[in-house]
Amino acid sequence: MEIVPLGDSALVVCVREQFEDAPEETLDEVLRVFQLLQGAAIPGVIELAPAYTSVAVFFNPIAVIKSNGPANGVFKELATRIRRVIIPASRRHRRRTAARSPRLTEIPVCYDAEFGLDLDRVAEHTKLSEREIIDLHSTSEYRVACVGFVPGFTFLAGLPKNLATPRRDVPRKEIPPGSVGIGGAQTGIYPLRSPGGWNLIGRTPLKLFDPTKDPPTLLCPGDRVRFRAITREEFAAFAEGRQNDN
Amino acid sequence: MNAVLSRAGFLTSVQDLGRTGFRQFGVSTSGALDPFALRVANLLVGNDEGAAGLEITLGGLQLQFEDERIVAWCGGEFDVQIGSRVLAAGHVAYLQAGDELKFGRAQIGCRCWLAISGGIDVPVVLGSRSTDLRANFGGIEGRALRDGDVIPLSKWPGSPTPATAISSWSAPHDWVSPARRGPILRFIRGIDWERFNASTLQRFTIHEFSVSPDSDRMGVRLDGPELKRQDETDLISEAVAPGTIQVPPSGQPILLLGDCQTIGGYPKIAHVITVDLGIAAQLRAGDRVRFSEVSLQDAHRLLVERERDLERFRIGLSLQRS
Repeated sequence: MEIVPLGDSALVVCVREQFEDAPEETLDEVLRVFQLLQGAAIPGVIELAPAYTSVAVFFNPIAVIKSNGPANGVFKELATRIRRVIIPASRRHRRRTAARSPRLTEIPVCYDAEFGLDLDRVAEHTKLSEREIIDLHSTSEYRVACVGFVPGFTFLAGLPKNLATPRRDVPRKEIPPGSVGIGGAQTGIYPLRSPGGWNLIGRTPLKLFDPTKDPPTLLCPGDRVRFRAITREEFAAFAEGRQNDN
Repeated sequence: MNAVLSRAGFLTSVQDLGRTGFRQFGVSTSGALDPFALRVANLLVGNDEGAAGLEITLGGLQLQFEDERIVAWCGGEFDVQIGSRVLAAGHVAYLQAGDELKFGRAQIGCRCWLAISGGIDVPVVLGSRSTDLRANFGGIEGRALRDGDVIPLSKWPGSPTPATAISSWSAPHDWVSPARRGPILRFIRGIDWERFNASTLQRFTIHEFSVSPDSDRMGVRLDGPELKRQDETDLISEAVAPGTIQVPPSGQPILLLGDCQTIGGYPKIAHVITVDLGIAAQLRAGDRVRFSEVSLQDAHRLLVERERDLERFRIGLSLQRS
C-alpha cells in the first residue's frame, strides 16, 4: 500500500488504484484501513478522512516528533507506524469481514416535478421514462462511498448504469438542501444550500447534516442506503414532523 | 461583558484554531487562516493560544468594550487606532471600558487577527468556536459579523493598570506582520506532480502568478502561465488540505485555505508548507506570488524551529508577568 505526503501535515494511504471496477470490495477495504487506524490512535494523528480508494491521515508534525524522535523522520516514522497497524491485520480481517454487515438507512424521497427539476434531462439522456427512472432509482441499493465536499454531502455508489447522466454544463448557483441528484455514474444528496452541477431528480425531507449532533451526519461512509418514493403530502408531513422535533 | 461592533467591516468573523475530527463527515477546518498569528496574539493578551478571536478582512472594523480588556493583533499591515493613539501589530494595549478600537484599511496584506483578553465566548460547535461560513454554523449564528453585533466575551479578572496604555515592546516582527510584497511561498511536491511535464513544472516554479479577485477563505485563485497535465484521465477524488495547490482543467491553479472542501478531484501539483500559510493568508487581488520548492524534511525542520521559538517567547512572557 503506497503512502504519500499530502503537504507537511497530512499523508494519504492509497488503499486501491481503482474504485469503479470493484466498488463494494474497495469500499470495505478502505473502511477496514480507516477503522484500524482509528483504533490504533497513533500519537500525533489528529484525524482521518476516507474517500473512495484512500484514507488521508492528518497529523501534527510537532506531536509526532515529541512522541517518536528526530525531525528528519516525521513522515517515514509515521508511515512505518501506519503500515504496522494495517498490514498484519489484513489476513485476520478477511475471515471476519463476512460477519459484519453495514447498517441500512431508508431515505424517503419525493420525486415530484417540483423537486425533480432535471428529470426531463435525465429522461432525454437515458431514453427512459420519468416513471422508469424513479422506479430504478428507488428500488436499487446504494452504499455511501464518501462524505465530503461540503459537510454531509453523500456520494453514493451503486447507481444503475443506465441512469448515469452527465453533469449539467452550467452548475446551478443554489440548490435547496435535501436535493437528490445524479452526477455522472453517481447519485448523491445535497445536505446544505449550495451551488452544484448534478441533475436534480427529487428531494428528501430528512436533515442530512446537523452540527448540533455527534456524528453530525445522518449517513456515514460504508452505510447502505435505499430510497423510498413518497408523495408531496408525505413530504410535507415529514418536514412538519421534523420542525416539531426541533 | 461584551464587545459592541459599531462597524463590522468588509468581512469579520469569529475564529479559533479551527475544527478537527469531523473531516470524515465533510466538515472543513475553518479557523484563523493564519493560526500562528492568532496563537501569538492570544499569548500577548494572556489567553490560551486557542481562544477565539476575530479574523478581520480588509479592515473597516470599529468596536467598543463594555469593560476593561487587554487586546493585541497580528497579521497584515493595518492602521489600527485606540482613540487617537496608534496600536501597531504585536503590541499589547490596555483598554478601559468605552475605549474605541478602530481598524482602517490594510496597506499590505488583507487579514489580521484580534485577540481580546478572556476570549470570545460563543458556544463550541463540533469542538470549535470557529465560524464555518460555508455551512453556516459556529461563531455568531454561523455568519460574518454585522454592524451592531454584540460579541460576548469570557470573564476576565481585570488588570491593575490605571489608564489606557500601549506596550513599548512587541512580539517578533516576522510573526506579527507576515504580509509581504511579492512573496515567495515554499512548497513540497504534490501527489500529482509527475502528471505535469518538465516545462510545465518549470513554469510553475519560475513564473509569477497574480491573485485573482474571486479568491476567498476557501482558496486563492491564481492567474499565470497555463499548467497543463500530460494525461487527461479523470482522477478519483481524495482528501485535500489547507496549503494544497490544485490545478483545475483551466490550467490556473488554486491554493486552498482553511475553508476549503475536504475532498477534491483536481490534480494536486504542490502543497505550500505550514510555516508559509500565514503569508498565503495575506494574498489579495492583484498581488503577485512565486513558488519555490523545499524538501519535506526542511518543511518539518522550519516548523520545529518556529515552535521552539514560540516556546521561548511564551516562557519570556510568563516571566514578565510574574
